[in-house]
Amino acid sequence: MDRFEKVEYLSKLCRIGLTQEEQELFSSQLGDILEYVEQLKEVDVDGIEPMYHPLPITNRMRQDSVGTSMDRKRTLENAPQKKDGFFVVPRVIEE
Amino acid sequence: MYTIEDILESSRNWNLTRDYFLDRINRLDSKINAFTPEGLYSDASPQADAGQLYGIPIAIKDNICEEGRLTTCCSRILEGFRPIYDATVVKKLKEAGAVIIGKTNMDEFAFGSSCETSCYYPTKNPWDLARVPGGSSGGSAAAVSAGMVPVALGSDTGGSIRQPAALCGVVGVKPTYGRVSRYGLIAFASSLDQIGVFSNSVRDSAQVLGVIAGYDEMDSTSADVEVDDYLSYLDTSLKGLKVGVPIEYFSEGIDPEVKHFVNNVKVVLRDLGAELVDVTLPHTKYCVAVYYIVATAEASSNLARFDGVQYGLRVEGKDLVDMYFKTRETGFGAEAKRRIILGTHVLSSGYYDAYYLRAQKVRALIKQDFENAFKEVDVIMTPTSPTPAFKLGEKLDNPLSMYLSDIFTISVNLAGLPGLSLPCGLNNEGLPIGVQFIAQAFDEKTMFRVAYAYEQATPWHNKHPNLE
Repeated sequence: MDRFEKVEYLSKLCRIGLTQEEQELFSSQLGDILEYVEQLKEVDVDGIEPMYHPLPITNRMRQDSVGTSMDRKRTLENAPQKKDGFFVVPRVIEE
Repeated sequence: MYTIEDILESSRNWNLTRDYFLDRINRLDSKINAFTPEGLYSDASPQADAGQLYGIPIAIKDNICEEGRLTTCCSRILEGFRPIYDATVVKKLKEAGAVIIGKTNMDEFAFGSSCETSCYYPTKNPWDLARVPGGSSGGSAAAVSAGMVPVALGSDTGGSIRQPAALCGVVGVKPTYGRVSRYGLIAFASSLDQIGVFSNSVRDSAQVLGVIAGYDEMDSTSADVEVDDYLSYLDTSLKGLKVGVPIEYFSEGIDPEVKHFVNNVKVVLRDLGAELVDVTLPHTKYCVAVYYIVATAEASSNLARFDGVQYGLRVEGKDLVDMYFKTRETGFGAEAKRRIILGTHVLSSGYYDAYYLRAQKVRALIKQDFENAFKEVDVIMTPTSPTPAFKLGEKLDNPLSMYLSDIFTISVNLAGLPGLSLPCGLNNEGLPIGVQFIAQAFDEKTMFRVAYAYEQATPWHNKHPNLE
């Protein structure tokens, strides 16, 4: 896959439409950025544990009891389209 | 009226304070554009009867939620979004009597170092209107610098508070990861983001951080660590304090005047009784590369939620997937698209180990560098930014050169440490220069102490841009 096709493929994975112009621009810019990050290959990381998070916190559980949650009507206030207390999306099942 | 103290001395009446600041904002912001288009609230008033911040107007970055107030991350994709709850920091400020007076401009989703990727307009640097204020919290930095508010909140993922603070000549504090609740902060990179404070004095930042810090059950990454009384440490002598100077931060690529003024800070600190110690942070040169893998990977995942279903913009398409494509094509600006695509690449099958996993290992080494240095010293000082404010448009076409303007601030986020930027000079063009102090995790008190001592010994905090 050349760089141009690569950007097209990635834009499909992340569901972002790109214009032809953006696709060309990003192909060269991403190439530069990836070339820059290549320098990480020179670091000796043998035996080093990856650091995913700055704090030594693992899963925090709350009490398993009923609490208050956000009001349904208010939660839907910002929805572009809603009906009968639900978010509405374009049809996904063929007729 | 540049500080909380100034306000409390001259007016304890909200109506008077409000009129003063609204008048100032109305006069100055047409030149600066620190606030978002609908981001000024003339109807706001204190929600508590008293409190340590009673009647203090505070501006917040457009990625922090306040109930009912338009909050868009300066992105079209959040068009019309009005949160249904207050962020924890907003709730705490209101309980302390402060008034949220408006929303400030930012790089779209905090993706940028110049405030130019906002979907509205770029913010201008109050010291020179042809230059950027820095970013991504450029609106907050500019608002405080121009005296339009005494205090503003921002967020800092790779330097987004400290770099604009340096470029605008104000104090900017990025607390320890987990120190401040992020409930109600729209996420960019979850292992790096932290909310922090801008102000015109170290004291004000220390006071406001004291109000907003602390454990919050609504944020599972907030730290259950007691909050120190920061103000009580300010007046402590620096005698015997060890300040580390990492050689890697004073080598190549620094503007000569930045180097000169930051070197002068060492002289002042030595006069105040501190001991300067050379330290080494050997993995410094890899910070930017690690950051642009980790931050974009996390961003590509966090921004998946903007799909035209629950909030914000929807652009109709021929089916569900087409609606996603069209909504995200229209809603995201160029830098957001670039970062999501890069993040998608580094996480994609076949590349994960080479990029993401390797970056997380180098990140562990960067953190280890700091741990080793802090065995020798109490606090570390560096320049905040390699250059003073650059010209509008100067770096917009070259993403990599823009990314490199955060070269001295990124390591602090990767290691999860607190960092503070403080004015330490004005160059021959009258542009501010900042010095950064970095402390150990949860040791903000030492960072404030050294910054306060330096501030009180020098004239820089009394310099303000001439805007009238």
